[in-house]
Amino acid sequence: MSSLSPNGHLIEMRDLVKIYKVGSEQVHALRGLDLAIGSNEYLAIMGPSGSGKSTLMNLIGCLDTPTSGDYYLAGENVARLSDGRLAEIRNQRIGFVFQTFNLLPRATALHNVELPLIYAGLKASVRHRRAKEALAVVGLDDRMHHRPNELSGGQRQRVAIARAIVTNPSIILADEPTGNLDTKTGAEIMKIFDQIYDAGNTIVLVTHEEDIARHTGRIVRLRDGQIESDELRKA
Amino acid sequence: MRFVTDLGEGLRIAFRALRASRMRAVLTTLGIVIGVTTVLLMITIILGLNKAVAGQFSFLGTNTLYVSRWSWFDDNWRAMLKRPVVKVEMADRIREESQLAVAVSPWGDTQRSVANRSNRLTRVQVMGVSEDYLVTNSIKLDLGRFISEDDVSHNRQVAVIGHGISEKLFDRVGPLDQRIDVGGHKFRVVGVNAKMGRFFGRDMDDFVLIPITAFTKRFARTGDVDIVVKAATAEQLGDLEWELRGIMRRLRNLGPLDPDDFGINSQSMIMNIYRQVTGSIYAGGIIIAFISLLVGGIGIMNIMLVSVNERTSEIGLRKALGARRWMVAWQFLLESAAICALGGIIGVVLAFAGSKVMNNFIPTSMPLWVVGFGVGFAAMVGIFFGLYPSMKAARLSPIEALRQE
Repeated sequence: MSSLSPNGHLIEMRDLVKIYKVGSEQVHALRGLDLAIGSNEYLAIMGPSGSGKSTLMNLIGCLDTPTSGDYYLAGENVARLSDGRLAEIRNQRIGFVFQTFNLLPRATALHNVELPLIYAGLKASVRHRRAKEALAVVGLDDRMHHRPNELSGGQRQRVAIARAIVTNPSIILADEPTGNLDTKTGAEIMKIFDQIYDAGNTIVLVTHEEDIARHTGRIVRLRDGQIESDELRKA
Repeated sequence: MRFVTDLGEGLRIAFRALRASRMRAVLTTLGIVIGVTTVLLMITIILGLNKAVAGQFSFLGTNTLYVSRWSWFDDNWRAMLKRPVVKVEMADRIREESQLAVAVSPWGDTQRSVANRSNRLTRVQVMGVSEDYLVTNSIKLDLGRFISEDDVSHNRQVAVIGHGISEKLFDRVGPLDQRIDVGGHKFRVVGVNAKMGRFFGRDMDDFVLIPITAFTKRFARTGDVDIVVKAATAEQLGDLEWELRGIMRRLRNLGPLDPDDFGINSQSMIMNIYRQVTGSIYAGGIIIAFISLLVGGIGIMNIMLVSVNERTSEIGLRKALGARRWMVAWQFLLESAAICALGGIIGVVLAFAGSKVMNNFIPTSMPLWVVGFGVGFAAMVGIFFGLYPSMKAARLSPIEALRQE
């Protein structure tokens, strides 16, 4: 939280360009995008498929590097870092929540939440304690020894959220977190996101559902690899 | 710390994956199992032989030379048949003239039936020796005494019997002073040799020792014997051989250009043959083991590639959560090593059982390091053949990997 970009933002992207090569053709997924996100912001990224939404999410999540441009994350330009350094950044700075939960099927909820801490190189005792705390935040401390197939969809996504917050990341990046859930369960999950936001976290939701986006304080709409609109809302 | 925690988790994942597809795991490890079993059986046989040979070639006596009409590893029988026989008396001449000989005993052997009132044994090795044979061949007795100088000079019909003979003929009464029939002649048992055990499936305890004089009279009319000569140390064997050659050539009145008309044989000749034989067993074993480990390793590589494919999204997830390339590679290497080590363990168990069975025919020996070697070697194969699949997993892009569900 302490280290910010030159202009005082948690995330600052300047003139970001991403070009994919598909066969002999070049696909311009992002065409010079500028975006700044402050600390403890709650933001939704929306846009039709092909708008560059997924590309932007991958870049924010440090899963990929831009073709050109700069990306400052917590004061560090991560646009041209090595594969290994990016893995470290992801581990320390980013908490991922996926549409399909992506839990290890044969591991318990506790172990799933511990996973990023294993890669952070923490001792088992510390991992257990922090994973239990994270599971308590999402209200699953009574289910921590259950495996994913013994949990409901909503519970699985809560495990995934616990896994995202357990490292105390700079930013929580959620890709269609309610996409595989029914409306009621989706609403419960959104309540947890709201709660985590209220606790001082920064959350970026990627979604195409207006209902979900309405939870946030800011909606960024993409079209053709550029920002179409950037709308601040009163929560 | 990271290694240790990951090791435990990696192993758990590996064995879960194995349990999930038992048939596949069994087939996959089959090559490794066969390879490890082969290697270990070869090693245990060689070790067992070495141990047995070291212990059991002592029946030839240590640091001894055998002066004989026959050169042991010479094929030219026709030429050797023309040689004069080596007589018992030559033992006395050698004893008188040799400076290096510690003990000299004539030695002859034949196969005869041996019996007492209740039992009859056929084809028993009957050897004629003198009192010095006690020294030349380091004889140890369980009961009674060895053949004495008087027994030899007075041509007495006495016998020292092997442990096996004693057990077979005298299961109730004590063997000492009992009469036995050796090849139709009565002998009195004066001593029983200590147990020697089995060698190459042959019982080393089935023999009868009698005075050389009685032996030549009853069983070897030609008087053709060997002469066992013992040197003080192994280093003196070479010198002793030259000395004996000189004495024999003088006794035989050979001119400077005449070839030897006798043979001077040593254990080292047998040892050389033995090394050649075990050398080819080694070579054969290594080739078989290498091929089966190669086949097994390729099987492992194949199964690991399948595993990497099946778990693409898991790899993506792990990378997204901060696993670096080497951590992913490590996980799959570990899995591959674990599968192979499992195959190694099965191989060790099979080899252990196999060595127990084979112990009935040839001596085997399986020390603990062999077990560790088997499992460790299998794991090395796993790591080697797991390298490529692991690299493949490590290089997967997290985005591509996550996209697959």
